[in-house]
Amino acid sequence: MNARHLYAALAVVLASGTAFAADALGAAQKQPLNLTAIGMFFIFVMTTMGITYWAASRTKSTADFYTAGGGITGFQNGLAIAGDYMSAATLLGLSAMTFSKGLDGFIYAIGFFVGWPVILFLMAERLRNLGKFTFADIASYRLDQGTIRTFAAFGSLTVVCFYLIVQMVGAGQLIKLLFGLDYATAVVVVGVLMVVYVTFGGMIATTWVQIIKACLMLFGGTVLLFLALSQFGFSLETAAQKAVEAHKDGIKIMGTGSLMADPVTAVSLSLGLVFGTAGLPHIMMRFFTVPNAKEARKSVFVASGCIGYFFMVVCALGLMAIVIVGTNPDFYEGGKVGGKLIGGGNMPVMHLAKAVGGNLFLGFMSAVAFATILAVVSGLALAGASSIAHDIYARVIRKGTASEAEEMRVSKLATIALGVVAVLLGILFEKQNIAFLVGLTFGIAASANFPILILSMYWKGLTTRGALLGGLAGLISAVTFVVLSKAVWVVVLGNQEAIFPYEQPALFSMPLAFFFTWLFSVTDSSARAQTDKSGYDDQYVRSQTGIGAASASAH
Amino acid sequence: MSVDIYKKVRANPKFAELEGKRSRFALLLTAIVMVSYYGMMMVVAFAPDFMRTPISAGSTLTIGVPVGAVIIIGSWLLTGWFVSRANGEFDSMNNEIVREATK
Repeated sequence: MNARHLYAALAVVLASGTAFAADALGAAQKQPLNLTAIGMFFIFVMTTMGITYWAASRTKSTADFYTAGGGITGFQNGLAIAGDYMSAATLLGLSAMTFSKGLDGFIYAIGFFVGWPVILFLMAERLRNLGKFTFADIASYRLDQGTIRTFAAFGSLTVVCFYLIVQMVGAGQLIKLLFGLDYATAVVVVGVLMVVYVTFGGMIATTWVQIIKACLMLFGGTVLLFLALSQFGFSLETAAQKAVEAHKDGIKIMGTGSLMADPVTAVSLSLGLVFGTAGLPHIMMRFFTVPNAKEARKSVFVASGCIGYFFMVVCALGLMAIVIVGTNPDFYEGGKVGGKLIGGGNMPVMHLAKAVGGNLFLGFMSAVAFATILAVVSGLALAGASSIAHDIYARVIRKGTASEAEEMRVSKLATIALGVVAVLLGILFEKQNIAFLVGLTFGIAASANFPILILSMYWKGLTTRGALLGGLAGLISAVTFVVLSKAVWVVVLGNQEAIFPYEQPALFSMPLAFFFTWLFSVTDSSARAQTDKSGYDDQYVRSQTGIGAASASAH
Repeated sequence: MSVDIYKKVRANPKFAELEGKRSRFALLLTAIVMVSYYGMMMVVAFAPDFMRTPISAGSTLTIGVPVGAVIIIGSWLLTGWFVSRANGEFDSMNNEIVREATK
């Protein structure tokens, strides 16, 4: 595999939650039924159902439903954000990266971390002070409601739908492999549980599912680190020495090399993932669940601490897996060391769990991986439902005249509809190569959602026309670049050579979006533009001081 | 919320002071994180041998490992610094401004 293939694979793995992307999303081989894993997952489901039942009694208003009434503490929200970011794919993909490439894998992981401090410094506070339920609230704060809210809501929904497909297909494949369940069964189980969590428990249940999962993941990773390190006398140096002896590339794994041969791809991918993440509706929504800017800041501190720690643990696990998994014929197909790993290239950390902790621990880690997907799809469904019910139905169609009960009913119906759509598309796309959907999701989030959001918060000169046309430019260029890239142009459409040589469009489509937003804003002399600009000063005071910001409901 | 409050806040010189201090601080920290990350990427791309230097004579672990760890831990500590200053010093200035505007 050359560097570019690895990038493409890693982009899919990290972004998507699909464990099997590196194997070109080929159908995973179904494994024998894993009863330990199913048992542990069952306990997780029972616990979270209990929480959903409790949450349902506290979910009365739309504010409760969309944002848990703003009553989540900064610490809890930090864990939930970390949960969103520490996906099954991060665990499997990053450790697999270190397993095959050594230090490069670690350097790579840093690119997915550094965005978080920046989100804190530049965005967290303003997001909290300006937003109520959705990111469209912020984008359309002083711009034309009908136009910008509709555009932002469709931007959110597109991202949610593509991302849901990716998650569903990933879930089906992962569960087939780890649990030995049928693909369709797995997809239906995920869909049903997601609908139950969200319709009954709203944001409170969704947040707690995410928190529990984050804690299980941190716990599992730490135990695994401890067990694996104990085989090297708790010395990373010893582990590194043995890894160098065991790895086919020898001492090269302790330096950087092949992965960084193409810095343009590395930077584009890092930009796409970082700002794409900042433009994902279910991540932005997390900032509205805390009572004030103070807690919003704390939550990023907690989240980035957890994420940074977890990334370092995962990379250390990959390094130790080189020795423990890489030299054990039991984990290779046909017992051939150095051949194909059982279950595919993303399995080193799972094999490591089995090697150092036995079947029980493997079952635990498998259950955690399943729980992860469930937590992410629930967040997505909630974000999608709030776009449909709050933005499109209540604000654009009913122009604010819908009663709270009506809006709640629409949001629950929307959740059920999203659940049905997710299951159907998940089954439909089982055998499809969906790698391009990941590039598309993050490309749209980074190039259409993110520029409008950041400019509406920071730039007085932004007008409705500029935001709409600039957002469209980002959307169209992101889609075009993805279509012309290898994932679609060669793999799906069967052409010889990709016209656009990179997998991630962000480095190119983001500047286009910013440029056209600027161009169409500064040349806009309409009356609407005057209104847009004159709204900035008040918005600015609110974003800085929190005066007038949606506050926590009393309970 | 009446628009008058926003006007009052803008007229308050403390608001300009707070805003200046806080944005300068946020931009400074952003710059530190970005320069150290992209600086590391430059070293990786153009001086890869540096990353392959052993930590000490005879060790297998290379400089790349602590450098990476320092960037992760260091930028996390910066978030901590930002949060403590924003939640303490800046928020008390902010509260004062809000109080003066609402009285």
